[in-house]
Amino acid sequence: MPVLTTDKGAVWRRRTTGQSLFHWFIWLVGIAIFVVCWQQISEATTWFFVWDAPRIAGDIWSRATPPKWDYIAQLGRPIWDTLNIATLGTIIALFMAIPVAFLAARNTTPSKLFIRPIALFIIVATRSINSLIWALLLIAIIGPGVFAGVIAISIRSVGFCAKLLYEAIEEIQESQVEAITATGASRWQVMAYGIVPQVLPALAGIAVFRWDINIRESTVLGLVGAGGIGLQLSASLNVLAWPQVSLILLVILAAVVLGEWVSAKVRAAII
Amino acid sequence: MLKLKKLVKTYRTGDQALKAIDLEIPAGQVLALIGPSGAGKSTMIRCINRLVEPTSGEVWLAERELTHLGSGALRRARREMGMIFQEYALVERLSVMENVLSGRLGYVGFWRSFLRRYPQSDVDEAFRLLDRVGLVHMADKRADELSGGQRQRVGICRALIQNPKILLVDEPTASLDPKTSRQIMRLICELCAERGLAAIINIHDVALAQRFVQRVVGLRAGAIEFDGPPEGLTPDVLTTIYGEEDWEATIEKAEDEDEIEAAE
Amino acid sequence: MSATELDTLIGRKWRKPPFVRNATLRWGLTAGFVIYLIAAYMTIEVNWSRVYEGLDRGAAFVMAFMSPDFLTRWGDIRDGMIESVVMTVAASVVGIAISIPIGLGAARNIAPMPVYLICRAIVAVSRALQEIIVAILLVAIFGFGPLAGFLTLSFATIGFLSKLLAEDIESMDKTQAEAIRASGARWTQWINYGVQPQVLPRLIGLSIYRVDINFRESAILGLVGAGGIGATLNTAFDRYEYDTAAAILLIIIVIVMALEYISGIIRAKVQ
Repeated sequence: MPVLTTDKGAVWRRRTTGQSLFHWFIWLVGIAIFVVCWQQISEATTWFFVWDAPRIAGDIWSRATPPKWDYIAQLGRPIWDTLNIATLGTIIALFMAIPVAFLAARNTTPSKLFIRPIALFIIVATRSINSLIWALLLIAIIGPGVFAGVIAISIRSVGFCAKLLYEAIEEIQESQVEAITATGASRWQVMAYGIVPQVLPALAGIAVFRWDINIRESTVLGLVGAGGIGLQLSASLNVLAWPQVSLILLVILAAVVLGEWVSAKVRAAII
Repeated sequence: MLKLKKLVKTYRTGDQALKAIDLEIPAGQVLALIGPSGAGKSTMIRCINRLVEPTSGEVWLAERELTHLGSGALRRARREMGMIFQEYALVERLSVMENVLSGRLGYVGFWRSFLRRYPQSDVDEAFRLLDRVGLVHMADKRADELSGGQRQRVGICRALIQNPKILLVDEPTASLDPKTSRQIMRLICELCAERGLAAIINIHDVALAQRFVQRVVGLRAGAIEFDGPPEGLTPDVLTTIYGEEDWEATIEKAEDEDEIEAAE
Repeated sequence: MSATELDTLIGRKWRKPPFVRNATLRWGLTAGFVIYLIAAYMTIEVNWSRVYEGLDRGAAFVMAFMSPDFLTRWGDIRDGMIESVVMTVAASVVGIAISIPIGLGAARNIAPMPVYLICRAIVAVSRALQEIIVAILLVAIFGFGPLAGFLTLSFATIGFLSKLLAEDIESMDKTQAEAIRASGARWTQWINYGVQPQVLPRLIGLSIYRVDINFRESAILGLVGAGGIGATLNTAFDRYEYDTAAAILLIIIVIVMALEYISGIIRAKVQ
C-alpha cells in the first residue's frame, strides 16, 4: 500500500517502507560489487604506465601520422580476401542456419523433446563463442589462411542467423498454414507455400544484417592468422610500423562504413 | 454425403467443445451453422477435415470414414473438402494466382508446385474461376494488395479449384462490411448451386444466414439445439441457442432487407 | 468484354512474375553474383591435404568436448574467468552509466543541435571501431592487463547502448511527453516523467543484453593482452591442449546461457 497512515493523516509515497528499504539494499549490493570489481582491476594494473599514458599516446600519434599512403597498393588483395571471408561465410552460414532454425522453432520442429534442445544448443554454442576463438580453433585444426577465416565466420554466424530466423518462424500467422494444410498439401508443400513466403523477408533482412557484422569481424580475423586485412595489421604492429597501422585502420574504418551503407540500402530495398 | 456420427472433441484443458454431434448433409445442400461464440462451430468444421483431431466419433465423406485415415489418405480426402476462412487466410506475400493455384497442391507433386509449373488445365481453371469472381485482372497482384472482399473471393477460388465435394466455410463474412458480406454469401451460395456442392457455413449473422440457406443448424455449448429450415428460427428458438434477448428486431431486419433487395 | 479477356488467357502459360521486373537487370545481377562467387572461390587457396590431416585434430577436439579437462590448469582457468567477469561487470556499469546521458543527447527530439552532433559523433566513432582494435591501441597506451580490457568494453558499450537508447527515445509516444510538458514541468522533470517510463523497460533489456555481449567479448580481449580468459584459451590452443580449451569454451557457453536465462526473466518482469 503506497498510502501510509501517519499521525498527520494519510501520506502518499511511491513505495512502502519495506519496498524502499529493499530498493536501497539492491543499490547498495550493486555498488559494493562494482567497488570490488574495480579493486581487482586496479590491483592488476601497473599505475605507473597509466600515469605515463598521455605521453605514450602522444608519442604513438606523432609516429602514426601521416599514414603511409603508398602502402595501400599492397592492401588490394587483403581487402578482397576480407570481403570474401565475410560474403562466403555468410552464405555458408545461411545454408546451415535454415535447417537449424526450422528444427528449433516450436511450430515446425519434428520433436520438441529431442531435436529442439539439440538445435537450441547448437544455436547457443555457436553464438556464445566469438569468431576469433573459432578462428583460433580452426587454425589449429586446418592450418592458417583464408579458408579457416571463412569457416570461422560461418560457424559463428549460424547461431545468430538461426536464432533470429526461428523467432521469425514462431511469429508466422498460423491461419495461412492451416489454409494450405486444408487443401491437402503435403508436409513439404505446406512448408514451401505456408511458411517460407512468410519468413522470406525476415531471412533476407537477417542475411544482410549478418553480412554487415561479418565485414567488421573479418577485418580482424587476420590478427590470429585467419586471412584478410588483419594479417597486415598484425604484421605492421609486430614491427611497430605505425604509419602502416594508421593507414590500415583507416581502410578498415572505410570498409566498415561502406558495409553498413550497403546493408542499409539493401534492407531498405527489401522491405 | 457428409455424415457425422457421435463426434466428440475434448480439448486437453478439459473443455468439451463438441458433445456427440450427429449430423447428415445430403449432396448439394447448403447448411448454415449458427450459435454463440465458443459454441464449437469452428471446432466442428475443423474436426471434419481434421485440422483439429476429433477425440472420438466418425466422419463419413461419401463412402469413406476420415478419422482413421493415415496422413497420405487424409491428404487425398482433404482435396475433396474446400475450406474458406475467416480473415481469408491467404498467403499474403504470394500473388493472387499463386494463392488460387495453391488449391491444387494436393494434386501436384512437390517440385512442380515449388517451381510453379502447374499443368495447363489447372492454370486455365484458375483463370476461369478468377473471371467468375471478377478478379482476373488482379492475377499477378500480391494478395496483401487486395481489399477484404477481394481477398475472400480469392479464398473462394482457392477452395473451388480443389474440385471439392463439399465446402467448409468458417465465418466468411466476419471481417467484411454488410454489403460485401451479402455479396460474398450470395457468391458462395450461387457457386454451390452451379456446381451442386454441399456446404457448411459457420456464421454468426443470423439474418444473413436466413436469407441465403435452405437449412439452419443451431449449436450451443457443443450440442445441436435446432435443426430445420430458416423459417423455423422463432424468437423462442433463438433464445434457446443464444440466451434471452429481443429477437423480433433481428428477424424483422431480415425481412426488411428482403424488401430493400426487391426494391433494388 | 470479360469473356474475350478470359478467352485470350485460357490456354496461355502462366509464370510467376519475377522479383526483379527488368530482365536485363535481373540477369545482370544473377550473372554478377555467379561470377563473384567463382572469382572468390578461385582466390581462396585451400590446402586440402592440410585440411584432410586436420580432420583428425578436429575429431580430437570434438572428443575433447565429451571429456573436458577442468583440473590440470584449473588455477589459470579460475583466474582468467574471474578477470573476465570482473571486467564485464565493471565495464558494463561504467558503460551503461555513461551511455544514458549520451543517449539522451543523441536523440534529436529532446537534445539541442550542438549536443546532438557531438553525441552522435561519439556514437559513430565507438561503433566503427571494433573491440579488438580498440584493445590493441589501449594496450599499447596503458600497458598489458585488465584496465585496457575494461576501458575497451566500456567504450564499446557506449556506442551500442547510446545508439539504441537514442533511437528508442526518438520513436517514443509524443503525446505522453507533451502531456507532462503541458503540466509546466522543467526539463529534468520532463525527462523523468515523460520519457523515462517509456524507455526504461527496453533500456533495462538492452543493458542486460550488453552485459551478455561484454562477457563474450571479454573472452577474446586476452588474445591481445587486455586481460581475461582469452590468454589462457590462446595458450591452450597453442599447446594443442584441446581438453582444457574445451573446458574453457564450455564454461563460457554455460555462463552465456545463464545470462540469457536471467535476462529472459528480468525482461519479462520489467515489461
